[in-house]
Amino acid sequence: MKLTLKIWRQDGANTKGKMVDYPIDGIEGDMSFLEMLDVLNEELVAKGEEPVEFDHDCREGICGSCSLQINGEPHGPDRLITTCQLHMRSFNDGDTITIEPFRANAFPVIKDLIVDRTAFDRIQQAGGYVSVNTSGNTIDANSIPVNKHNADDSFNAATCIGCGACVAACKNASAMLFTSAKVSQYALLPQGRVEAVDRVQAMVRQMDEEGFGNCSNTGACELECPKGISLENIARMNREYLSANAKG
Amino acid sequence: MAKFIAAKIPEGPLEKKWQNYKDQAKLVSPNNRKKLEVIVIGTGLSGASAAASLAEMGYQVKSFCFQDSPRRAHSVAAQGGVNAMKNYKNDGDSVQRMFFDTLKGGDFRAREANTYRLAQCSAALIDQAVAQGVPFAREYSGYLSNRSFGGVQVSRTFYARGQTGQQLLLGAYQALLRQQAKGKVKIFNRHEMLELVCENNTAKGIITRNLVSGKIERHAAHAVVIASGGFGKIYYLSTLAMGCNASAIWRAHKKGALMANPSWTQFHPTSLPQSGTYQSKLTLMSESLRNDGRIWVPKNKKDARNPNEIPESDRDYYLERKYPSYGNLAPRDIASRAAKEQIDNGFGVGELKNAVYLDFAKAIKDLGKTTIQKRYGNLFDMYEKITGINAFKEPMKISPSAHFSMGGLWVDYDLQTSIAGLFAIGEANFSDHGANRLGANSLLQACVDGYYILPYTLQNYLATQIDKPKPVTHSQAFVDAEERVKTQLQTYLNTNGTKTPDEYHKELGKMLYDYCGLSRSRKGLTYVIKEIQKLREEFKTNLLVLGDTYQINSELEKAGRVADYFELAELMCLDALNREESCGAHFREEYQSDEGEAVRNDDDYAYTAAWEWTGNASQPELHKEKLVFKNVSLSTRSYK
Ligand SMILES: Cc1cc2nc3c(=O)[nH]c(=O)nc-3n(C[C@H](O)[C@H](O)[C@H](O)COP(=O)(O)OP(=O)(O)OC[C@H]3O[C@@H](n4cnc5c(N)ncnc54)[C@H](O)[C@@H]3O)c2cc1C
Ligand code: SF4
Ligand code: FES
Repeated sequence: MKLTLKIWRQDGANTKGKMVDYPIDGIEGDMSFLEMLDVLNEELVAKGEEPVEFDHDCREGICGSCSLQINGEPHGPDRLITTCQLHMRSFNDGDTITIEPFRANAFPVIKDLIVDRTAFDRIQQAGGYVSVNTSGNTIDANSIPVNKHNADDSFNAATCIGCGACVAACKNASAMLFTSAKVSQYALLPQGRVEAVDRVQAMVRQMDEEGFGNCSNTGACELECPKGISLENIARMNREYLSANAKG
Repeated sequence: MAKFIAAKIPEGPLEKKWQNYKDQAKLVSPNNRKKLEVIVIGTGLSGASAAASLAEMGYQVKSFCFQDSPRRAHSVAAQGGVNAMKNYKNDGDSVQRMFFDTLKGGDFRAREANTYRLAQCSAALIDQAVAQGVPFAREYSGYLSNRSFGGVQVSRTFYARGQTGQQLLLGAYQALLRQQAKGKVKIFNRHEMLELVCENNTAKGIITRNLVSGKIERHAAHAVVIASGGFGKIYYLSTLAMGCNASAIWRAHKKGALMANPSWTQFHPTSLPQSGTYQSKLTLMSESLRNDGRIWVPKNKKDARNPNEIPESDRDYYLERKYPSYGNLAPRDIASRAAKEQIDNGFGVGELKNAVYLDFAKAIKDLGKTTIQKRYGNLFDMYEKITGINAFKEPMKISPSAHFSMGGLWVDYDLQTSIAGLFAIGEANFSDHGANRLGANSLLQACVDGYYILPYTLQNYLATQIDKPKPVTHSQAFVDAEERVKTQLQTYLNTNGTKTPDEYHKELGKMLYDYCGLSRSRKGLTYVIKEIQKLREEFKTNLLVLGDTYQINSELEKAGRVADYFELAELMCLDALNREESCGAHFREEYQSDEGEAVRNDDDYAYTAAWEWTGNASQPELHKEKLVFKNVSLSTRSYK
C-alpha cells in the first residue's frame, strides 16, 4: 500500500506543534499500525530526520501505553482494540491518515505523539484501592464469598487499561469512564464497601482538580473504549457519589 | 578451576528453614526505619509489591520504572494464572507436592530450599490478593475457581479470566500508590537506571536518566533492589514488551554481581509466527488452546495445498506420534523443540514456512462450535484481529517464541546478589525455576519475592546499616558513575554510522535464536560467538543515533539496551557451551538419547553456573553453586 500520513510533530511541551505530511510506500496489510510507524521511523532516520516519538510497550493491547488519535478517533477506526492491535488491512491503498496525540488539557503533549497521562495515576492514588496491608496475614480467601454476577461485573470494570481513550473521545475531555470503572470495581465487592464513601468522594475531587471536563452523557467514551468499559459504571458512580454526599 | 559459592541456606529441616530464618532475622526499630532509604528498580509484580511492603513497614522508598506509569510494567501481560497451594479442590495438593512439581518441572536444576519456600508462601498470596479486591474467577457458589496448568496433576491455578497478570499487578500498583499518598514512596516514572553505584563492593545507589528531560540524576540509598523483569527481548522477537531490557542487571553485573545460568530461556510453544521483517513482537496465544487443538504439519514438505484440503493420511500429528501419553499437552520445552525440529527440517507451514498448524476441526466436530466458542472465543477473536484468519474455518498457525528468562542475577537465600546491599527479585533473578519454569509459577515468584521474602531479608541487611554513614550523592563513586553514563550516551550520538539500534538488535536476535535458542551445539555456539564479536565491533563504529540527550530520544534508549545485549549475548553462548548436558530448556544436541530426548548429567552439572565479569566480555570467570538434593531423588523427566 501507498499512504499519506499527516502526523503531529511537536518538539516539546512548551513549543508549538504542526501537522507534517509523510508519504510512505510498501505497507503490508499484516503490519500493525505501530509497525507501520516503525517503518516510517527507520526511513526518517536513514534520511537524517528525527523519528516520530510515540508511547508503546506491550504491543498486545494490555499495558495501555499506546494512544494516538487516528483519523479523529482514539485507537483508530476499529472497535474494541488499542492502536497496537490495529492492523494496516483496515486501510486502503492511497488513503490519507491523520495521526495526532490524545487531546485534553489534563493530558499535555510532551513530544510529538506522547502525552502526559499521570493525572490518571493521581486520581487512582486519591482512593482507588482497599487499605489492607500486604503481609498476607488476612483471612482465608474463601471466607469472603462473592456473588458471581457481582464478581463478573467487578472484573469487567477492572479490565480498564488506563489508556485515556475515553478522555480523548469526549468533547468535554471528561475522565468519568476511567474513574467510574475503578469506583465500580470496588463498589461491587464486599472488600471494597468499607471505604466506599471516602473513595468516591476523593477520586471525584481529584478528577475535578486535574482539569477534566464534565460528563454530558454522549457515550463517545464507551464507543471508543478498547476494553468495552460500560456507561453503567458512570451511572453506578453517580449513585455512589450522591449517596456518599447524602451521608456527608 | 571454578570457585565455589554458597547460598547461605538456613539450618534445619526443609519445612522449618524459612521459619527458622524469620525467627532469627535481625529487626529494625520503627524509629530507625524512617531513616533508612531503599531504591527499587521496577514496578512489575516484584518491584511494586516490594516497594509497597517496605514502605508499609516504614522505610523510605524510591520506585523507578521506564514506562509512563507503574501500572504498565510487563507483568500486566500475563494471561494464564498464578499457582498457589490452597487445596480448595481437595485433589491431594500439598506444599510438598507443589515443591516437587516445581523442582521436577525445572529438571532438578533449582535450589531445594528456595523452591520449598515458594510453595510454602503461595497460599498467603491468594488471601491477600482477595483482600485487596483482585477479582479472581469464581464459581456460582461465590467461591474461588481453579484450573489446572501444564506439567501437574492438580488444579492449583487461580485466574482472572485471561488477565491474571493485569489484575494482580493493579493490586500491587494500588498498594504502591497508597504508600505514595502517605509520603512513604516516591515514584519516578519515565526513568531508566543506567548505572549501579558501589563503594567497597557495597551498593550505594544508582544513576538514572530522566527519559523526558534527559537529565542524568544521582540517587543514593542504604540498599538497592533490582526488579527489572526478564530479558527475553534480547532475541528481538519475543513475547516481551518493547522496552523490556537487561540493562539494569547487566550494569550491576559489570559492577560485580554474578549472572547465573544466563542462557536458560523458555520458549513458548503457542505464539504467533513472524509474518514479515517489519515484525516487532510475537503475540502469545494462551497455552490452554493445546487442550483442544491438535498440532500437525503436512507429511510432504512440498505440500502447498490449503490445510483443509490436506487429508488425514497426509498429516503428521507429530506430538501425538512421539508422546502418546501427553500428546499435544507435552511440557513447553518439549512442544517448542518439536515444532522447531519440524520447521528446521522443512515441514513448516505458512508463507515463510516458519509455523505449524494448531487445528480445532476435530474439537469443533466432537464438542460443537458453541463449546469451543465458549472456551476460546476471545482467543479466536484475538487471532483473527492479528492475522485476519478465522480459526473456526482454518487451523491456526503457531510457532515457538522467546518468553521467559530462567537465568538472571545470582542471589543467595536472602535474594541478595554477590554485591552487599544489592538485592534482585522477580524475573530479574535466577532463583526458583531451575532449567524450565512451570506455567503460572512466575507471577507467584514475583509476588512472593516482593511481598513476603524481601521484607524480612532486606530488613536483616538494613539492620547492619543503621550505624553506618548515610550514603551521599557527592561521593567520588557517584561523580565517576555519572561521568561514565554521560560519556557513553555521547558516544552513541557521536558514532554517526549507518545502522540503527533496531537493525543491530534484529541481527543479533536472529543469531541467538538460531544458535543459542531452542537447541544448541558446540559447533554452532563456537561459530556464533565469533559472529557476535564481529557484529559488536561493527556496532561500535557504525551505529546511527540522531538527536541529542536533552529530551525524549527513544533511539538513544535503544542504543544503550542493544549495547548491553551484545555483551550479554556472548555470555549466554559461553554459558550454553560450558554446560555439556541437556536439561529443561537447555538442549545440547550432543546430549540426547537415541529417541531425541534430553540427557542430563547429574554427576558433573548439578550446579548453578554463576559468571563473574572480568572486564572482557569474552572471558568471564565461572563460579559454581553446588545443588544438593536431600529431599527428592533425581528422576528422568518422561512425558512419553
Ligand atoms: C506474555 C506473557 C505471559 C505470561 N503469562 C504468565 C502466566 O500466565 N503466569 C505466570 O506465572 N507467569 C506468566 N508470565 C511471566 C510473568 O509475567 C513474569 O515473569 C513476571 O510478571 C515478571 O515480573 P517482574 O516484576 O519480575 O518484572 P516486570 O513486570 O517485567 O517489571 C519490570 C519492571 O522493571 C522496570 N525496568 C526494567 N528495566 C529498567 C531500567 N533499566 N530502569 C528502570 N526501570 C526498569 C520496568 O519499567 C518495569 O516496571 C508471562 C510473561 C509474558 C511475557
Ligand atoms: S475506560 Fe476504557 S478508554 Fe478509558 S482509560 Fe479505561 S480502558 Fe481506556
Ligand atoms: S502498547 Fe500496550 S496496549 Fe498498546
